[in-house]
Amino acid sequence: MINRKIAPEIKDATAFDITLKPYEKVTLDNGIPVYIIKSDEQDTLQLELVFPGGSWYETENLVASATNFLMKNGSSKHSALEINENIDYYGAYLNRSSHHEYATYTLHCLTKHFEALVPVLQEVIQDPSFPEEELAIFRQNMKQRLAVNLQKCDFVANRHIDKYLFGEFHPYGRVSSMDAYDALQAPILQAFYKQHYTYNNCKIFVAGNLPANLIQLLNKAFGQEKWNGDASIIRPDMPVLAAEEKKFRIFNDENGVQGAVRVARPFPNRYHPDFPKMLVLNTILGGYFGSRLMSNIREEKGYTYGIHSQLYNFRQTSAINIQTEAGRDVCEATIEEIYKELRTLQQEIVPEEELHLVRNFMIGSILGDLDGAFEVIQRWKNLILNGLDENYFYNNIKVIKTITAEELQELAKEYFTPEDFYELVVI
Amino acid sequence: MIHYNKFTLANGLRVIVHEDHTTPMAVVNVMYDVGARDEDASKTGFAHLFEHLMFGGSINIPEYDEPLQMAGGENNAFTTSDLTNYYIQLPAENIETAFWLESDRMLSLAFSEKSLDVQRKVVSEEFKEHYINKPYGDVWHKMRDLAYAVHPYKWMTIGKELSHIENARLEDVKAFFFKYYVPSNAILVVGGHVTTAQVKMLAEKWFGDIPSGQRTQRNLPVEPPQTAAHKLEVKANVPLDALYKCYHMPGRTAKEYYATDLISDIMGGGASSRLNQVLVKEKKLFSNIDCYHFGTLDAGLLTIEGKLVKGVKMKDAEKAIQEEIDKIQQTIIPERELQKVKNRVESMLAFEDMGLLNRANNLAFYELIGDAAMMNEEFSHYEAVTSEEMHREAQHLFDEKNSNTIYYYAG
Repeated sequence: MINRKIAPEIKDATAFDITLKPYEKVTLDNGIPVYIIKSDEQDTLQLELVFPGGSWYETENLVASATNFLMKNGSSKHSALEINENIDYYGAYLNRSSHHEYATYTLHCLTKHFEALVPVLQEVIQDPSFPEEELAIFRQNMKQRLAVNLQKCDFVANRHIDKYLFGEFHPYGRVSSMDAYDALQAPILQAFYKQHYTYNNCKIFVAGNLPANLIQLLNKAFGQEKWNGDASIIRPDMPVLAAEEKKFRIFNDENGVQGAVRVARPFPNRYHPDFPKMLVLNTILGGYFGSRLMSNIREEKGYTYGIHSQLYNFRQTSAINIQTEAGRDVCEATIEEIYKELRTLQQEIVPEEELHLVRNFMIGSILGDLDGAFEVIQRWKNLILNGLDENYFYNNIKVIKTITAEELQELAKEYFTPEDFYELVVI
Repeated sequence: MIHYNKFTLANGLRVIVHEDHTTPMAVVNVMYDVGARDEDASKTGFAHLFEHLMFGGSINIPEYDEPLQMAGGENNAFTTSDLTNYYIQLPAENIETAFWLESDRMLSLAFSEKSLDVQRKVVSEEFKEHYINKPYGDVWHKMRDLAYAVHPYKWMTIGKELSHIENARLEDVKAFFFKYYVPSNAILVVGGHVTTAQVKMLAEKWFGDIPSGQRTQRNLPVEPPQTAAHKLEVKANVPLDALYKCYHMPGRTAKEYYATDLISDIMGGGASSRLNQVLVKEKKLFSNIDCYHFGTLDAGLLTIEGKLVKGVKMKDAEKAIQEEIDKIQQTIIPERELQKVKNRVESMLAFEDMGLLNRANNLAFYELIGDAAMMNEEFSHYEAVTSEEMHREAQHLFDEKNSNTIYYYAG
């Protein structure tokens, strides 16, 4: 009979040798860099075009995200329907996204259809026409979506907490509004497009099973002309105007049975030496299922379905944000428990057993996250766009493997003082 | 083509091994043939509550999560109307930890009163978060009740009402466990950087001595054909009017399933689908509209749901949907459009198969519904669908008598 009370031997995290597979880099004829991770195991590929077209650069609210969205909705040659028909016909997905810094277009398709899809992609990136009718539909539908979201306590809480942390005029704290949607105008979108989606600001990231003529196809579509001309993008830091008041309570729905709780504070950006250390401390606090917050507030008290803390990955400056939806009558008790956990990390050293577990969990998690070409290119993209290289990645791993309980306590003493946190409940 | 090996232990546990040596990881997936459809109508939400209790410690291991995290692993689980699935991902070197944990909780849980007490509260908060405290969150409770007369799909996986969860007792938990959580009612899939010989050895070692139990014998009430349209009006504190139409459709293993699935894609799959193009873009009646189904094992529901543009009348919105339904019933789908939805399925299946966890989960699912080999035949069933077949299916699928409509008014 086996003894089921004894756990099988495990290999320890520190023994795992994690390597970030290097990329290949090719430069198109006009200078656009193409970063490549090849993998022949599947019949699929992913190609992402990245531009400095995020909300950081807009002078009017929502212009960056509206531009990004509507580029796909009509060109000088084809209607939105024709473009969508073409993409759907090949079973491809052309997703767009726009964040604070960057705006992207990402194509996912079967490798065998890539060649047929390149002209569509080229048209969307180089020849959007921003039809008035598409803008009108976008404006109306986004306003309707916003109206529904504004009834959700978690959505409202997310908007407010970022406003407290960064100020409503900072790109990180600015939020959408009905008025801002109403104010959108096609010529402004067109101008924003021309200025930010230029050949000299474009980077391409591609991964998966790649056709032999990939570079030839990319050169033909994106590498010949100086499309949209040269534009120099200046990115000055912007002043953060954090709220002076620290405690907020908002009633959004009088019949709400839960409250969205947010407890957050500013934190330096990823270039600060405390950042990788905080990734570890944040995991202990609320970054995995066995975290202090989950163990206490979900698994011990049953106040919530889930509670998490996260470290924002914004470029200029970051924040630690603890978030949960808790029963209406236990929101205040939840905040008390959050503070209790923060204080415990300041006052008591993290037991060796727990630190050992978190190291192993984090390393196992990175190992799993790096599984597959799409995941590897994603890591590289984040490094490259932030002006970093593999040393940053390896340093983070080193910190996970070697940080001491004493260092963690020092970090908690500096950053986990409850009075430094903003707190918010939206019911 | 997904390669795998399959064997069955003497106690009836079915084991599938999917070797993939391109990854340093391994996954262990355990699927139990029990879901919300197996619940008593007066004790709904139980299969899902039970899933939570599976993390509350087992007979020999007081903590489930800790040893797994120590081994660099992550795990989660989900419950549907049809099945309950548990999965682990961890570095392949530490795979035995997963066998140890999964086998012990199949052998027996700890049945702690404290765990039940806490998880009742956690699930109540989950219920509130997703179904009470969200605009339109109650619509599926209402729709299932409207559409089903006798079949247990009448209630949602989370449960019919909060009180069912609040009233769960430890003796119910024990009875449920020993009835369903047995080797003969489970499928184990191990994937990643492992060998079949290694998995055979580990499966025998850890699962081999667990008593077999009984395979689930179902005798679920069969939903009779619907003979008259069902309609329900709801008024709630939401900003926009919404319209929901559900039609009874064939179950997952029916031959007609594939044609029906393609019909849902013609209607609502992708930006160029008919409902999106005509009702959102051209007629501007809806701000969004979708057509989908859940692929349930027993006969399910094909759903069309959308939010109306402010100022649009409900009857105009419904009429416009009906015109698209008339069109698909009266006119044969053009060849290129049929090819489009088939290409979309081919692509979707390829992307789904990229993740190791997805492959393991799918192998377990196909084994549950008949045979893991079906996973590799799936696309050929779609390829074989003809326009004529879809035309035929659309006739009875979209029959007015087969419809269930909820008019959800902003109040």
